[in-house]
Amino acid sequence: MTNFSRLEEAPVLIDMKDVDKQFGNGTVAVKDMSLTIRDGEFVSFLGPSGCGKSTALKMISGLLSVSRGAITVNGHMAGQSPDGNDIGFVFQEATLMPWATVFENVFLPLKLHGLTRRDARERVEEALAMVGLSNFAKSYPRELSGGMKMRVSIARAMVTKPKMLLMDEPFAALDEMTRANLNDQVLSLWERHGLTVIFVTHSVFESVYLSSRVVVMAARPGRVVHDIPQVTGYPRTSDYRLTPEYVESCRRVSAALEGTMDHVDINH
Amino acid sequence: MSISITETTETGPKALAAQDMVDPRILAERRDRRLRIVLPITALVAALLLWEFLVWYNEVPHYLIPAPSLIAKTLVTDWSTLMQSAAFTVKLTLLSLALAIVGGVLLGMVFALSRPVEMSLFPFAVILQVTPVVAIAPLILIYVSNTFYALLICAWIVAFFPILSNTVIGLRSADHNLRDLFTLYQATPMQRLRYLLVPSALPYFMAALKIAGGLALIGAVVAEFVAGTAGQNTGLASRILESSFRNEIPRMFAALFLVSLLGILIFLITSWLSRAVLGHWHESEIRREH
Ligand SMILES: Nc1ncnc2c1ncn2[C@@H]1O[C@H](COP(=O)(O)OP(=O)(O)O)[C@@H](O)[C@H]1O
Ligand SMILES: [Mg+2]
Repeated sequence: MTNFSRLEEAPVLIDMKDVDKQFGNGTVAVKDMSLTIRDGEFVSFLGPSGCGKSTALKMISGLLSVSRGAITVNGHMAGQSPDGNDIGFVFQEATLMPWATVFENVFLPLKLHGLTRRDARERVEEALAMVGLSNFAKSYPRELSGGMKMRVSIARAMVTKPKMLLMDEPFAALDEMTRANLNDQVLSLWERHGLTVIFVTHSVFESVYLSSRVVVMAARPGRVVHDIPQVTGYPRTSDYRLTPEYVESCRRVSAALEGTMDHVDINH
Repeated sequence: MSISITETTETGPKALAAQDMVDPRILAERRDRRLRIVLPITALVAALLLWEFLVWYNEVPHYLIPAPSLIAKTLVTDWSTLMQSAAFTVKLTLLSLALAIVGGVLLGMVFALSRPVEMSLFPFAVILQVTPVVAIAPLILIYVSNTFYALLICAWIVAFFPILSNTVIGLRSADHNLRDLFTLYQATPMQRLRYLLVPSALPYFMAALKIAGGLALIGAVVAEFVAGTAGQNTGLASRILESSFRNEIPRMFAALFLVSLLGILIFLITSWLSRAVLGHWHESEIRREH
């Protein structure tokens, strides 16, 4: 069981201070976002589409620059990590290279860091085993189901042994059962490897089930409106979905989310 | 041209082949594959026989329409001159295609890397493309004294553009999330080119190659027509012109036959190449089971 008092003392891993993001076309995607994420947290970004969740994630990973404010990740400016190994990123689509086998796809991050296939073999196989795809190393992405592709994508993100896993609505396109299954796999990776996870979703149930903390965002401009700790301990199994605690948490988070929606409607 | 003989080389699903009983679907597939070879060949042979019969039955003089048998005979009697000419045309076509690939890919890469360069140079490429090669050929023949080089330039101009434009589009077509991934892992520009941009561009390039192969041949023949029959060392177009002057219609048909044959060969080879390169992953070349 994760000890929360320990989490509160854990070192700060990601620190966003007064961050704005305005795109060239004038859209303010993120406004005044301040957020501190500690080592080992499982944080969900929850909000309607267009509220800046992806933008926030991309700024943290250094793929987008900030317009104002500052983000430090593990003591460095976002995107300036010396070895680029800190962060694993999982996109909404599996984003695999269709011309390469599953092995080649998972090998990619290590290849880009100059490892030979021989030196990387063990780690790639380990990453494939983590997601239960050891037997599919030689398959091509088109031969896999949507859920399996997503697991390859997770294996690829995990192969560098990152401290942080950033996931942008990773399971939004999958069916309910596959999604529940992958949720459990992500939870178990998080627990076993001491990861810090930021999980973007627009599902209240998913965010409550998974996270130790739900950050609720609102649109126009994108900003944080609620920061709701989830006190239920881990490990959580599918039984958790049947408990009154879970239902109560979902109700609270839903209410918070609905508040942001009303706000949007008024603005229209 | 509906020749799809190349589609027949692949075997069916291996898992099924292992079973003792032959799956009826496999039988159907095999039959389908056989038909794909047998039907076009039968149709071609039937057409030739009909041609032969009609010429014989109506006693059409051979200087109007020669019978296929006479064309075949001409192919045999004029074999050495025709082969020399064919070799010349093949050399011209392949060389211009090779130069078009090198030039198109290199310039395509420069364009893909730099918008300003693309914006400045693209109009020239378009002008070259839209001006009919027949119209430029006389000028090129005046400026370039070596006929072979002049012909080469003409054929090159025709084959170059599809390679250039598809290479540019292809290099820009890489998935934006994959680009982000390469950025995240701090890929060098060379790694990005090799492992992301080039594979993404390959389907576009192969499509261009199929087109450019045919165009190179057309360019080579058209340019030679414009140049006229000068000199000993000339290609199939010169044989056609020459036969037309001398009213040797069977020879004209024989040369024409060789030009078509070359075109078909180029088509088959580029199609096969495209399948060999893309067959294991790209939608355009994957054979689906029905
Ligand atoms: N590259 C971009 N250029 C301009 N506007 C953008 C860009 N990316 C996102 N936006 C805008 O920023 C806002 C937030 O987008 P995003 O972060 O993708 O939202 P979410 O992931 O929460 O759905 C949206 O209004 C979107 O249209
Ligand atoms: Mg998004």
